[in-house]
Amino acid sequence: MQHIFNGLVSGSFLAMLALGLAVIFGMLGVVNFAHGAFYMLGAFGAYLLLTEWGVNYWVALAAVPVALGLFGALVERVLIRRLSALDPLYNFLLTFGLALLLQDLVRREYGVQSQPYTSPLTATVDFGLFTYPAYQVMVLGISLVVCLAVWLVLSKTRLGVIVRAATERPELTRALGIDVGRYVAPMFGFGVALAGFAGVLAAPMRAVNPLMGGDLIITVFAVVVIGGLGSIFGSVTAGFAIGLITALANLYVPTLSQTIVFILMAAVLLWRPAGLFGREEAFT
Amino acid sequence: MILSRLAGRPVLLAAGLITVLALPWLIYPPVAMDVLCWALFAVALDVLLGFTGLLSFGHAAFWGTAAYAAGLLAIHYSLPFPLAVLGAALAAAVLAVPIGFLSVRRTGIYFAMVTLAFAQMVYFLANQWSGLTGGENGLQGIPRELFGLDLSDPFFFYYYGLPLVLVGLWAAWRIVRSPFGRVLTAIRDNPARARALGYPVDRYKLLAFVLSAGLSGLAGGLYAISHGFASLQEVNWTTSGKVVIMVVLGGIGTLWGPGLGSLIMVQLNDFLSTAGFDGIDLVTGGVLILIVLLFRRGMWGTVVDLLARRAARRAEARAKAKAPAAEEPVPSGSA
Repeated sequence: MQHIFNGLVSGSFLAMLALGLAVIFGMLGVVNFAHGAFYMLGAFGAYLLLTEWGVNYWVALAAVPVALGLFGALVERVLIRRLSALDPLYNFLLTFGLALLLQDLVRREYGVQSQPYTSPLTATVDFGLFTYPAYQVMVLGISLVVCLAVWLVLSKTRLGVIVRAATERPELTRALGIDVGRYVAPMFGFGVALAGFAGVLAAPMRAVNPLMGGDLIITVFAVVVIGGLGSIFGSVTAGFAIGLITALANLYVPTLSQTIVFILMAAVLLWRPAGLFGREEAFT
Repeated sequence: MILSRLAGRPVLLAAGLITVLALPWLIYPPVAMDVLCWALFAVALDVLLGFTGLLSFGHAAFWGTAAYAAGLLAIHYSLPFPLAVLGAALAAAVLAVPIGFLSVRRTGIYFAMVTLAFAQMVYFLANQWSGLTGGENGLQGIPRELFGLDLSDPFFFYYYGLPLVLVGLWAAWRIVRSPFGRVLTAIRDNPARARALGYPVDRYKLLAFVLSAGLSGLAGGLYAISHGFASLQEVNWTTSGKVVIMVVLGGIGTLWGPGLGSLIMVQLNDFLSTAGFDGIDLVTGGVLILIVLLFRRGMWGTVVDLLARRAARRAEARAKAKAPAAEEPVPSGSA
């Protein structure tokens, strides 16, 4: 039971990162390689606010994603927009360069060893059969709420309708008098903010170091390939599912715990190349 | 196309050969050897990226597997090093069959993500299988063996390794220029049409992937022999990224460009680390961003472009001088 919880908690990070990746991909057609770096910046942002200015965790949880979101929107305006008309691989390469740059900047400043960040909640929750750290319970709850909220906004509100229309038929949406370009930078910023939010949530649980995002992003890539990158629902579901499966593998077949996500990806590619919830690519 | 004509020019070929032969005189010999290995690696990736239109972000899997395979063959069977390197190339090609089979089911950006993920899987396996690979410590003490010859001097070893690399480069050139390579280019430019013409597109892509992996393995195996060790660094995703940067910097789809790109990147790396500047990724990341924003054709592509444009302008001027009465401008044709 406790392992299932562990799996869901690590799955919630995967889900939030996959969600941000899917939102950005949906709006811009760009796979953001720097997503892991933004996640890392989120954790470092929380760490710096605490150690340099004594800003507590809860403030950081709100402030860091906003700051990163603005930074992300700026990145979109200054860099990514220039390549938007070209093959999306160029933006993949661009964000890869950005990831290297951001990661190395932080590493030069703080080294590769992990920085400690004390948990804001030290209590445990008693579930009868077992007790569980309250902080982890909170992370799970928050991420579920966030994923659900994003999904609701995209599927039920006018903003969501516009974003989805712009995703699927940008030309037609433009012809209907909607300024698609206006939504691009905020959506990119929002995706980045989600990564930063996940980073802040991760800071008290995971080792805060410059490399924390680089390895994670590859797992997230595998997750979105499994879920279907075009599908928000698929990405989030796959995120939680992979977290759970990895935790169970860790328990029963520990040798597979690191590789099972890639084995699953291989199976999905064989069985449903477009991903479990994905549709066939319209443009190949 | 002016590009291929230029690449076939004997003058250019001779210049390239002289550069390669003179390299250990010009720069520190072990670094020259690194340039050689990375150049072959980058050219191998260009066969896939430039001529088949598939961006593999997981070629470290093949370079790294070959590095381990060459090391194991040299350590446990004390094979002469060219045989160990060829065996390593074979191992990389064999690994590429299942990975390629699954990866070519997706294209474009997905292909990059899938190959990256599979390479990460290879990385975890190498880390876990520490009895074979030495795990975090890497595989150390790989001997350089060739019929009892003394290969310890890196200056001379460069020339022992060179033929292997030249064979690999020649193979890459042959692949690209062959009818098979033409089909690959057709698939890159218009997959639907290639399929309609009756070409089994996925099988062509898979073969290109396996050949590219084999050549990468040739490079990776030689790299491990020349360094005397193979580490997890070789299978890490940063290695995949590094070789992609070399290709993009030099110029995608030019074959010469990736060679040039690797020369510059390895030299830059060496220069920065001897200068005590600790921030190589900072520089390479910045370089990649600038290249992608400003010079998407890479260094080689940009220069060839400029030359072609100049030649076209001159031809136009000449044509005008010859027939001043003609109203129609002569089409330049080489864009």
